[in-house]
Amino acid sequence: MSLTQGMKAKQLLAYFQNRADQDAREAKARGDLVCWSASVAPPEFCVTMGIAMIYPETHAAGIGARKGAMDMLEVADRKGYNIDCCSYGRVNMGYMECLKETAITGVKPEVLVNSPAADVPLPDLVITCNNICNTLLKWYENLAAELDIPCIVIDVPFNHTMPIPEYAKAYIADQFRNAISQLEVICGRPFDWKKFKEVKDQTQRSVYHWNRIADMAQYKPSPLNGFDLFNYMALIVACRSLDYAEITFKAFADELEENLKAGIYAFKGAEKTRFQWEGIAVWPHLGHTFKSMKGLNSIMTGTAYPALWDLHYDANDESMHSMAEAYTRIYINTCLQNKVDVLLAIMEKGKVDGTIYHLNRSCKLMSFLNVETAEIIKEKNGLPYVSVDGDQTDPRVFSPAQFDTRVQALVEMMEANMAAAE
Amino acid sequence: MYTMGVDVGSASSKVLILKDGKDIVAAEVVQVGTGSSGPQKALEKAYEVSGLTREDISYIVATGYGRFNFPGADKQISEISCHAKGIVFLVPTARTIIDIGGQDAKAIRLDDKGGIKQFFMNDKCAAGTGRFLEVMARVLETTLDEMAGLDEQATDTAPISSTCTVFAESEVISQLSNGVSRNNIIKGVHLSVASRACGLAYRGGVEKDVVMTGGVAKNAGVVRAVAGVLKTDVIVAPNPQTTGALGAALFAYEAAQKK
Repeated sequence: MSLTQGMKAKQLLAYFQNRADQDAREAKARGDLVCWSASVAPPEFCVTMGIAMIYPETHAAGIGARKGAMDMLEVADRKGYNIDCCSYGRVNMGYMECLKETAITGVKPEVLVNSPAADVPLPDLVITCNNICNTLLKWYENLAAELDIPCIVIDVPFNHTMPIPEYAKAYIADQFRNAISQLEVICGRPFDWKKFKEVKDQTQRSVYHWNRIADMAQYKPSPLNGFDLFNYMALIVACRSLDYAEITFKAFADELEENLKAGIYAFKGAEKTRFQWEGIAVWPHLGHTFKSMKGLNSIMTGTAYPALWDLHYDANDESMHSMAEAYTRIYINTCLQNKVDVLLAIMEKGKVDGTIYHLNRSCKLMSFLNVETAEIIKEKNGLPYVSVDGDQTDPRVFSPAQFDTRVQALVEMMEANMAAAE
Repeated sequence: MYTMGVDVGSASSKVLILKDGKDIVAAEVVQVGTGSSGPQKALEKAYEVSGLTREDISYIVATGYGRFNFPGADKQISEISCHAKGIVFLVPTARTIIDIGGQDAKAIRLDDKGGIKQFFMNDKCAAGTGRFLEVMARVLETTLDEMAGLDEQATDTAPISSTCTVFAESEVISQLSNGVSRNNIIKGVHLSVASRACGLAYRGGVEKDVVMTGGVAKNAGVVRAVAGVLKTDVIVAPNPQTTGALGAALFAYEAAQKK
C-alpha cells in the first residue's frame, strides 16, 4: 500500500516537500548528481537525466516563512552581499556558505545547526534561466564560481511585444538543445528522448491540476483561500516534473470541488470582499498578511505570482517551440501592456474588488512596474488598489502596522464601492 | 446623541466628541501617543470639557496607529478613511488632502462626492514626517513651535535631502558647521518635508482644493513650502490634529443611527 494513500492534500504537501529534499540527500549519498535550479528554469532536461532537483528560491522562502532568514542574511552580509540584492539570493548564498564550510571543515557552523532551513545538499551543477529576472544569472554564476561546478544558462529574451515571435521561440528551443548537450557531457551519457517525452507529459499533468486549483477562486463565495496557492506552490516549483506535484494538486483540487458542491467555503460565511495580491508573498510575515485580511473578511481570489507556473505546452511538439513559448510568456518577461492584460484577466476571473500591490524591495522587476500597472488598471476597471512595502524574505523591510493601515483603508474603499453599487 | 472619535497616533492622542453628528463639544489633544497614558488622558479631558460620561456616548470609533489598542471602541476604522471624512465635513470643496502625522505622511485624493479615489502613503521611512521635524529641531536647538517663525526670517533656502532622516541630519550638522544661517536651514528642512509629501500627492494627481491636516499642518513653514512646491493655495484644516478623530466621530454617528 502506498505511504500516501488516504492522505489529505495538506498532508501530501508536507510529505512530498520533505520527500523531494530527501531524494536529493539520498542522491548525494549515492554519488548521483544534484542540481540547484532557478524556479522557472525548465526542470524537464535534468529530471530526464535522473538528476535530483533543489530550488533555492523555494528553499529560501521556506527559511523565511519559518523565521530563519535573518541568520542566513547575516552570513551573506558578512560575505559582502549588499542589502539591495535579492533576499532569496542572499538567503541562498548564506545557506550555501554554511554548507561549504561544513564540507571543508567537517563541522556544521552553529548558525546552520540552529537554522529551521530544510536540509538540502550542495549542488553538483546549477541551471538558471533569465525568464523571471536577470539577477538569477549573476546569482547562479556566483554559485558555480564559489563551488567550481558547471552552470547551465538558458537565455530567454524579454518580450517587448506580444504575441511572441517565432524567432524568439526558435532561439529558446536552441537554448534548450544546448542545455541538453551540456547535460550529456556532464552526465557522460546520451539524452534519453523517450524519457524526456514522459517527463514533459508528467509536467503537463502537474500543471493541469495546478490550474484546476487556481480556477476554484472564480466561485463566489470562494472555496479556495488564495493564500493556499502560496503554500502549495512549493511543489509546482520544485516537483512539477515528478508525480509528487500531480498527486498533491489533484487531491487538493478534488477536495475543493467537493467543498464547493457541499457549500463549504474558505471563509465559511464571512467573505465580504475579494482582492488580488500582486507580487511575491511576504514570506516572513505570511501569517500576518493572511490574518489581517481574514480579520477584515477579505479573501484573496486572484494572484499572478503562483500563475507563473501555468506552464502548459504541447508535449508532443518535438521542435520544442511550444515549450519555449511556455517558458517565455511569463508575464514579468513581457511588456507592460501584456502584464496589464494578464492582471485584468485574473481580476475578472477572481471577481476581485481591489488589488494589493506588494512593493517588494528584493524584486525590482516585479515592483518597479507596479506604479504604472496600477494606474493603467485603475483606469480600465476603476477598482481601488493599495501599495504595501515589504520584502519576500528580508523580514526587516515589512512593517505590520503600516500594512494593516493600508489594507484596512483598501477594504474600506472596496466596501464603499459595494455599498454605492447596491 | 453624542458620538466619539478617538485617534491614537504615534506621537499624540486625540479625542473628539460630536453632538448629533455636527457640533463638536470636545476636541482634546495630548502630545503622547499609542502605548502611553495619552489616550486615557485625552479621554478624561474630553469628558471633563464636555461634562459627559461614557454612558452619554452612543458609539465610539477608534482610528490611528493605536486604534486596536484602545479599549472600549465599538469599531476601528483606518485613519485614511477618517481623515477624508473629517476633512470633507470641514472643507466640502477639498479634493486633495495632505496629512502629515508623527510617523506617516499621506496624500488622499477625493472624488466629487467626498469619497476616496486613491491614497498614497510614505514607505517604511521617517523622512517627510513629524518625527523628521522633531529630529531636526533637536539638532537645530529649537522647538517645533518655534520653527515656523524662524523659517519666516530666512533669507535663503539651504538644500536638505528628502530621502533619509539620518542623511538629512548629517547634512544639517554639516551646514551648521559651515556657518549657514539656522533660519535658512530650517526653511530647507521644511522644503524637504514638503517635497516628500508633494511627491505622494503628485502620484494621485493634485486637484484643488488642497487641504493640509495632521500635526505638521500646524507648522506654517511646512504649509508655505507645500504651497510653493505645488504652486497652489493650501487650506489648513481647522484644528488639524483632530480631523482624524472628527472623521471617526462622524463614522460613529452614522453607525449609531443604524443601530
